[in-house]
Amino acid sequence: MEYFFQNVLNALQWGSFYALIALGYTLVYGVLSLINFAHGDIFMVGAYVAYFAATMFLGEVGLGPGVTLALIVPLTMLATACVGVALERIAYRPLRRKGAHRLYVVITALMCGLILENGNLALLGASRKSFPELVPTTVYAFAGLSVTNLKLAVIATAVAAFAVLHFIVTKTKIGLAMRGIAWDSFAIPLMGVPPDRIIVFTFILGSGMAGLAGVMFAMAYPVLEPYMGALIGWKAFIAAVIGGIGDIRGAFLGGFLLAFLEIGVAAVFPSTMRDLIAFSVLLVFMWQRPTGVFGVARNQKI
Amino acid sequence: MPIFEIKNLSMVFGGLTALDNVSLSVEKGSTTAVIGPNGAGKTTLFNCISGLYKPSSGEVVFKGQRLTDKKPHQIANLGVGRTFQNIELFNNMTTLENLMLGRHMHMKTGLWASCTWWRRGSKACRLEIDHRARVERIIDFLDLQSARNRFVGGLPYGTQKVVELGRALATEPELLLLDEPVAGMNLEEKQDLLFWLQDIKDQFGVTLLIIEHDMRVVMEISDKVMVLNYGKPIAYGAPDEVQKNPDVLAAYIGDEQAAAQAGGQHA
Repeated sequence: MEYFFQNVLNALQWGSFYALIALGYTLVYGVLSLINFAHGDIFMVGAYVAYFAATMFLGEVGLGPGVTLALIVPLTMLATACVGVALERIAYRPLRRKGAHRLYVVITALMCGLILENGNLALLGASRKSFPELVPTTVYAFAGLSVTNLKLAVIATAVAAFAVLHFIVTKTKIGLAMRGIAWDSFAIPLMGVPPDRIIVFTFILGSGMAGLAGVMFAMAYPVLEPYMGALIGWKAFIAAVIGGIGDIRGAFLGGFLLAFLEIGVAAVFPSTMRDLIAFSVLLVFMWQRPTGVFGVARNQKI
Repeated sequence: MPIFEIKNLSMVFGGLTALDNVSLSVEKGSTTAVIGPNGAGKTTLFNCISGLYKPSSGEVVFKGQRLTDKKPHQIANLGVGRTFQNIELFNNMTTLENLMLGRHMHMKTGLWASCTWWRRGSKACRLEIDHRARVERIIDFLDLQSARNRFVGGLPYGTQKVVELGRALATEPELLLLDEPVAGMNLEEKQDLLFWLQDIKDQFGVTLLIIEHDMRVVMEISDKVMVLNYGKPIAYGAPDEVQKNPDVLAAYIGDEQAAAQAGGQHA
């Protein structure tokens, strides 16, 4: 039983990472019907920005770990938001303006991801970076379970981020416009809504979430390398699809579903079988429910 | 002085001329109908006015401002509202939310101010109450109480048309473009809509520009009618004059039948 609950805690932590990244995928897809395949690499950029900022604040500036942490979280989110907006302005918007086929936009997104990965490799080299310890690890043990303060912080951060996003999408003027543009981008400007501004805001939110995930991941697993965003990015995308891409509740739930499935499989089968079995189960699930948990089938007007 | 003018407007798609030198002048508070056979360029004309299409030549002027250089959301902000031939509602939202989205350009609450919406007396709360009140007035005006909290995708077609009209009204337009507002409605719904359109003119002071195929509706509510055929304006004037115009008859029912009908009228 203890083993079971220990795995639940591990799944909650991994689910939090997947959920934070999946939220970014789903926000952008909801507004643009575009899978921003560079999103996993924005997560990687976030981890690296956090690394350099933390190193500078702790070393040259001489700030304490607590102050450094308080500064690097918003700074990283701001930096990744800027990267997201830059991608939108430089790569996606020109294609959108020209009415390019969605296939070209997807290929462009993949290329942007490769540029971020290989740009990092070219600038910083292949050597791994070790993230400094900002929060001393405290282990809480109770009823035979052990959980670290970082693990709890990651889970709490994911829940808080989802709550903030849910508030923005459901209770604000810009959230109402985001939901409108997600359904009918043709009619939305005639309500006086500037679509480009809404799209930029969506990229800011989504990329900010990836940056937040990058900071939390770097603190929990303090070894960074240029391709760290690729696999977790793909998995988060799959999580978003399972939950029903375009719906933030789906992204959040999908992240945890995927993590529970992975950890559950690894607990029973050899770890080498983890991804094979987990994704086979998900494939069967997608046969049964192609739109995901919260997704709705959309009629296409022709 | 007219509130709205179209001057020598042309729209060419590849080799096809959808609008050919169209001019129109609309007085404030009037109702002008644009009629013509299918493919005459009526919806294209509306799309040029709304900024969804950029005309090949000519200009559209509203309250002294050129609309031809502006983006659709800027045109909407100037006071041009619009409904569509094929309903363009946000099916993932309720009637109330659709109408609230129509208020978007009038909402002055930023993201940070929105965080205080739950605190009574805050700016966000006061503005939310004000926007809700305006939307509720439209819901009452259009008899949409039973649909207010229902997702619009599940509403009957006629009701959806009314919701779309309500959403356009929520933008507080001075000029309202209605693309086939009674298409697909039953007789009772049509009659209701005609009353509402008259009330919209009287109570809200809105100028109406309407595309409509139902001639009974056109005759009943229009002050002026413009007829388009293959993108060219072939007649303009009072509804009863236009109805008797031989060019209009020819456009709708063919030359020979038009001549026969005209002969029958003279006899």
